[in-house]
Amino acid sequence: MQIFQKNSFYDLAYRRFMRNRLAIIGAAITLAFVFIAVFAPVLTPYGPSEFFFSADGTTYSRYAAPSGAHLLGTDALGRDVLTRILYGARVTILVAFSAVLISTVIGTIVGLVAGYFGGIVDGVLMRIVDVVISFPVLFLLISISTILTPSVWIVVFAIGFVRWTNTARLVRGEVLRIKELDFVSAARGVGSTSTKIILRHIIPNILAPVMVQITIGTAQAVLMEASLSFLGVGVQQPTPSWGNMLIDAQRSLVLREMPWIWIPPGTVTLLLVLGIYFLGDGLRDAFDPKQ
Amino acid sequence: MTRYVIKRLVQSIPVIFGITVLSFAIMKLAPGDPLANFVNPTISMEDLEASRSALGLNDPWYVQYTRWLSEVVRGNLGYTYAGNHSIRMLIGQRLPNTIILTLSAFILSFAVGVPIGVMGAVRKNTRTDYGLTIFSLVGVSVPSFFFGLLMIYLFSILLGIFPPGGMVNIRARYVGFARIMDIAHHLVLPAIVLSLSNIATVSRFTRSNMVDVLKEDYIRTARAKGLRNKAIVYKHAFRNALIPVITIFGLSIPFLFSGAYITESIFNWPGMGSLGIQAIQDREYGIVMALNLITATLVLMGNLTADILYAVADPRIRH
Repeated sequence: MQIFQKNSFYDLAYRRFMRNRLAIIGAAITLAFVFIAVFAPVLTPYGPSEFFFSADGTTYSRYAAPSGAHLLGTDALGRDVLTRILYGARVTILVAFSAVLISTVIGTIVGLVAGYFGGIVDGVLMRIVDVVISFPVLFLLISISTILTPSVWIVVFAIGFVRWTNTARLVRGEVLRIKELDFVSAARGVGSTSTKIILRHIIPNILAPVMVQITIGTAQAVLMEASLSFLGVGVQQPTPSWGNMLIDAQRSLVLREMPWIWIPPGTVTLLLVLGIYFLGDGLRDAFDPKQ
Repeated sequence: MTRYVIKRLVQSIPVIFGITVLSFAIMKLAPGDPLANFVNPTISMEDLEASRSALGLNDPWYVQYTRWLSEVVRGNLGYTYAGNHSIRMLIGQRLPNTIILTLSAFILSFAVGVPIGVMGAVRKNTRTDYGLTIFSLVGVSVPSFFFGLLMIYLFSILLGIFPPGGMVNIRARYVGFARIMDIAHHLVLPAIVLSLSNIATVSRFTRSNMVDVLKEDYIRTARAKGLRNKAIVYKHAFRNALIPVITIFGLSIPFLFSGAYITESIFNWPGMGSLGIQAIQDREYGIVMALNLITATLVLMGNLTADILYAVADPRIRH
């Protein structure tokens, strides 16, 4: 199947990617989770916040062990754990993708401007990056979502506005390298404007590393959302998130006696992040033949 | 060299300034009136307004910022809303515990990560290498809180080898050497949990550096001279591959401090992270801000030290 122009940069990268077994596994895992997120209502007969009653119908079926009706049992409020994991995929993927979209847009613009124009602009922007990078990510995220009332969108913006620094540094470095190359000098020589040089000559050449950065950023955003929700300052109940499903496991009774409550959500988080990393590593190796 | 050090120091001045502004802004943006916790409910609006003025809460933000900054540089980090405890004292009690934990994790990251990376590079594209690569990827992918809970489940609940939390055995009241051993016993699980992801980062970085160095001309020369493989790997390649690993020193610091938040709260380790979590639950913004300020400054100093060490180790970087 020929998707890209034969023997072009992307065609060669595509062929290298398809030969990389781990990369294919990673892509498959990631797509599987996207599929789950999209089709969650079809995949389970229950709702994410639906309560179930015990056999005699008088009390909620709290902490019911896995059974035919509830494959992964029920949680502290008598909700189906598997259903919440499937719906949790929606939250996780929505948060991670949106946050990375924000951080990529900010990071790319800052990096392009700093790298291309240099001088004082570069100095100021890079010092701002230094300030943001000095704060341990989680501290900053926790501070932000504590001050503002935690919600899904606050988590998205918090992660997006904290994580753009890596992309900015990466893009700046690439721009510094590319703008010295002959084809950029040539474009400048024939009178192209800065806007045209950036859009036509620089952006197409930084796409590959930015794509790799996007995958790595997505994996990290998934972990951050899970950590924030676990600490109680991220996605809030009753919205299911893989992170907030593990809060209950801090009680030693749940940790000791009810592994179905906390092992499945932790495992799916691990799987999704691992899949995205495999994909990202595959992309990097495909784009960079030296590796 | 001196010029490079001076240049880096000068560059960090605006960054330090930015750190204080951002820390202050976060606290100022926090909702809620600091007076709300102190006053009795029958106070009149006029009296409330008078005490707000007296405390300087009606001044413009830059006046408040300057006043706050001048206290901070003198070491006064303010007081908690509840109980009026000195924040500096609170943090002073917790900081050593966090340093014990992060330093152990730091040492563990390099002591385990570097050999794994070297092994992967030397046996590049073998089964060992693939196994180690997958291990590293799993290491950076596993959510630390999940890994922590798994470790408690395995080693405390099922096997009963290590305590599930805390820093000392409160009932035993050990002193002297027995106390140190007791702390070490409590330290094992949190240190492993905190370092796992960093071990993975260090090993991946070491591996890719080592792979690059092993392709260098001087390695080929060494092989041509007929040197034994061991001598080439450990004397020629290893030393050069290790230099860029210094940059990970600096990067590890914010990473470990972030991780300490989660690790400490899972293991009830009495450090700054669990203090921070508690502060968030109690809405003690003063503590949150002080922790932000202190860790950001530590991180900046760590990065500065790493950059200078790097420049000492590799003269090419100074230009």
